[in-house]
Amino acid sequence: MAVASIAILTLLTAAVLFGPLIWRMPINEIDFTARLSPPSWEHPFGTDDLGQDLLARMLYGGRISLAVGFAAMAVAIIVGVLIGAISGISRGSVDAALMWITDLFLALPQLPLLLLVIYLFRDFLKNWVGAEGGVFILIVLVIGAFRWMPVARLVRAQFLSLREKEFVEAARALGATTPRLVIRHILPNSLGPVIVAGTIDVAAAIIAESTLSFLGLGFPPDIPTWGRLLFDAKDYLDIAPHWALFAGAAIFLTVLTINFIGDGLRDALDPRRVM
Amino acid sequence: MSEPLLKVAKLTKEFPLKGGLFGGHTASVHAVDGVDFHVDRGETLGLVGESGCGKSTTGRCVLRLIEPSSGEIHFDGKDVRSLKADDLRILRRDIQIIFQDPYASLNPRMNVGAIVGEALIIHQLTKTKQQFEERVVDLLETVGLRADHMGRYPNEFSGGQRQRIGIARALAVEPKLIICDEPVSALDVSIQAQVINLLEDLQEKFGLAYLFIAHDLAVVEHISKRIAVMYLGRIVEMASAHELYASPRHPYTEALLSAVPIPDPKVKRQRVRLSGEVPNPISPPTGCHFHTRCPIAQFPLCKSEAPPLKQSADGHWVACHFR
Ligand SMILES: Nc1ncnc2c1ncn2[C@@H]1O[C@H](COP(=O)(O)OP(=O)(O)O)[C@@H](O)[C@H]1O
Ligand code: SF4
Ligand SMILES: [Mg+2]
Repeated sequence: MAVASIAILTLLTAAVLFGPLIWRMPINEIDFTARLSPPSWEHPFGTDDLGQDLLARMLYGGRISLAVGFAAMAVAIIVGVLIGAISGISRGSVDAALMWITDLFLALPQLPLLLLVIYLFRDFLKNWVGAEGGVFILIVLVIGAFRWMPVARLVRAQFLSLREKEFVEAARALGATTPRLVIRHILPNSLGPVIVAGTIDVAAAIIAESTLSFLGLGFPPDIPTWGRLLFDAKDYLDIAPHWALFAGAAIFLTVLTINFIGDGLRDALDPRRVM
Repeated sequence: MSEPLLKVAKLTKEFPLKGGLFGGHTASVHAVDGVDFHVDRGETLGLVGESGCGKSTTGRCVLRLIEPSSGEIHFDGKDVRSLKADDLRILRRDIQIIFQDPYASLNPRMNVGAIVGEALIIHQLTKTKQQFEERVVDLLETVGLRADHMGRYPNEFSGGQRQRIGIARALAVEPKLIICDEPVSALDVSIQAQVINLLEDLQEKFGLAYLFIAHDLAVVEHISKRIAVMYLGRIVEMASAHELYASPRHPYTEALLSAVPIPDPKVKRQRVRLSGEVPNPISPPTGCHFHTRCPIAQFPLCKSEAPPLKQSADGHWVACHFR
């Protein structure tokens, strides 16, 4: 299952990376004679209400959707590992404060805050790095900022149990400093579950981006992310179902395969198999 | 007489128990309760007692892997308890530890070369990569492993081989004292003897001193010169191995010894069975900790007053009101 998923996901990634080089149809060529046409040889995924080629739009939009997913995962993991590690290795008040912050973030109502933050900062970032880049940074940061807490808790729990392990004690007895203990001994043994959790974050971020685009708060309308395609397609579900179908299927496949890969990784990284 | 290598006096360790509704500590475990002993250069002191009596805690306190609550530890003229972090790291080149669990004591994500050579890097004991590898191979061969084991991971080895890896790791810093915390308890009987023989060979070769911890007397008999018997955080008897076996004084030692099979069927030993469970170390019995299970206890004395560890015959120490 996991192996098949890796194959499918690789294919998807390769398609969005190299597809536009092969399928050279422009994403924004308006052709009113071919409005809402179903899949054909000329337009394999059909066209939208302006006669734009959907395959080209999906390939282009997929780059952004996948990039958002992986970048948000990276942010969530980096923040989560940092907070969890500091919390897990220090005792007392530092640990307590960090866990308090983590709980606070967990308790926040995420979607309303997400909308609020985007609403407040969008224009500022738009002026600063342009519409596309601004929204990208914003979405990645915001999704990352709301997804690091489970990672932090996971890493902290791993640290608490690992630092009592005899091999860590042995390294201390050899004279290892705390940074060395963390980097060489504790962290490498705590990352298995984190990677598994990270795969789920990719899926969650892609869905969150789709949700935002669907609500009209994501990327500008002329950037056809998969979520935006769904959003635009919703008014034509009865006369042009192909429009929503392909974008929906792409999101579904990506999320599903990533989750299967996460499951596979969990089994492969299970320490009981190693030890 | 020259100074002993390690001298421990009135060592105690209490673990606060977190509990209660607000996480304040309500009670504590008296894991080690005023322990005195010494280890001479190149000698082995056996430390024996039932599981949970504080042997591992004692061993770890000597290295300050666990901070003692009170007491004195002197090693090679240094006051171990007052050492700052940097000096403590230097001390750890002289004292090493071998662990009980051959599975938990090796980092599963490091290969054998990295595990055995870690101390060489920490203390910058070798200058070049070539020197490093030569030294690691040398250490592996010293403990009966091969050079080509370097690149392998711990999960590819058996329990006995893993214990050898742990020993090689400890030898890397050329220590003077190794704390052996039940190094063979987790191994098959046939392999136990091999590892003990290896430890004896290494002792002879490098002049090592051992604090050798075990939970039964049979294991320490051959390797130890002197043996200390622990019960609920206190040493109750300490004598040369020969003395202790030939004429145990403390009723607890007698009970432990009677559980050891005697190879010579002509020698009869009276079986002493201990009644009752090991008491809870959170609230140990008053007076002599052993009075709840002692066959010769007399009340109220044993219940009200703790017997001090006194020297009875030359070098034979006992903590009992009546022996
Ligand atoms: N980190 C700890 N926190 C609380 N109690 C501990 C801790 N380590 C050991 N103990 C307790 O201290 C006592 C002695 O433990 P230990 O030294 O491991 O005994 P032994 O090695 O003789 O089996 C036991 O009752 C144990 O439960
Ligand atoms: S002091 Fe009393 S209880 Fe303790 S060992 Fe001696 S006789 Fe037994
Ligand atoms: Mg122990």
